[in-house]
Amino acid sequence: MRLKNLKTNNYIDDKKLIVQSRTENLSVVRDYIHDAALKAGINPEKVGDIILAVDEACTNIIKHAYKSIPDGKIEIQVLNNYKKFTIVITDYGSSFEPKKVPAPDLQKYYQQHRVGGLGMYLMKNLMDEVDYISVPGKYNRVSLSKNLNTVS
Amino acid sequence: MAEFSTAVKYRGDVNVIYLNGFLDAHTAPQLENEFSKLIEENKYSIVVNFKDLNYISSAGLGVFMAFIEKIRENKGDIKLTSMNDKVFNIFDLLGFPLLYEIFKSEEEAVKKFNEIKKLENE
Repeated sequence: MRLKNLKTNNYIDDKKLIVQSRTENLSVVRDYIHDAALKAGINPEKVGDIILAVDEACTNIIKHAYKSIPDGKIEIQVLNNYKKFTIVITDYGSSFEPKKVPAPDLQKYYQQHRVGGLGMYLMKNLMDEVDYISVPGKYNRVSLSKNLNTVS
Repeated sequence: MAEFSTAVKYRGDVNVIYLNGFLDAHTAPQLENEFSKLIEENKYSIVVNFKDLNYISSAGLGVFMAFIEKIRENKGDIKLTSMNDKVFNIFDLLGFPLLYEIFKSEEEAVKKFNEIKKLENE
């Protein structure tokens, strides 16, 4: 699997996927993570959790880091060291402070007719580790990990 | 490209929206349109059937939050039915069962609306 799709400016190989910051690419990301997780020997029952966590991370990048500008770059790397399955997602958009994202409050959302922070809440609940690095003006990187002993 | 489609069926005064495929940040606007159309037509008794929905992300869940208050202000409701376990688990993880009635079957959800209507008419 090594091909470069010039038409959509996406890049894909065994270790890395690069897509532009458009919501239509979320399904491309999900398919890639699906295949990578199965290949790493993750229990098919648990693959869905990882796919959703990565979707939420990319959705946040598209909406917040790139503010829906469609030609930002999202790089997705898959690392597998036989103990942990890790997805590292890098963007070059606006930085943010993950600690400032409040925990979800459904009653408040009900009154405000909108939701926020659900994606991050899901990521933390679905994965064993979630780490953020933000270098303002340079890049943001989120790492999502699952311990393989619990999901293989 | 994520496949997603909706269909609407009218069962008396109750409107059933059927979801099919993948509901994410890309496809959520399609569902928003369905709700907007029903609200424009003053149709506030809405059942959403999840039988053929394979996937939902928080962007999809957000759609239900966007319309629920307006619908309840108009004596209506959004009732949810026929979710597979995977989709239900995401709703559950976020505490949505506290805000929405979730039924096993479409029949039960429609029946609940009809019972309320009957009580109001008595």
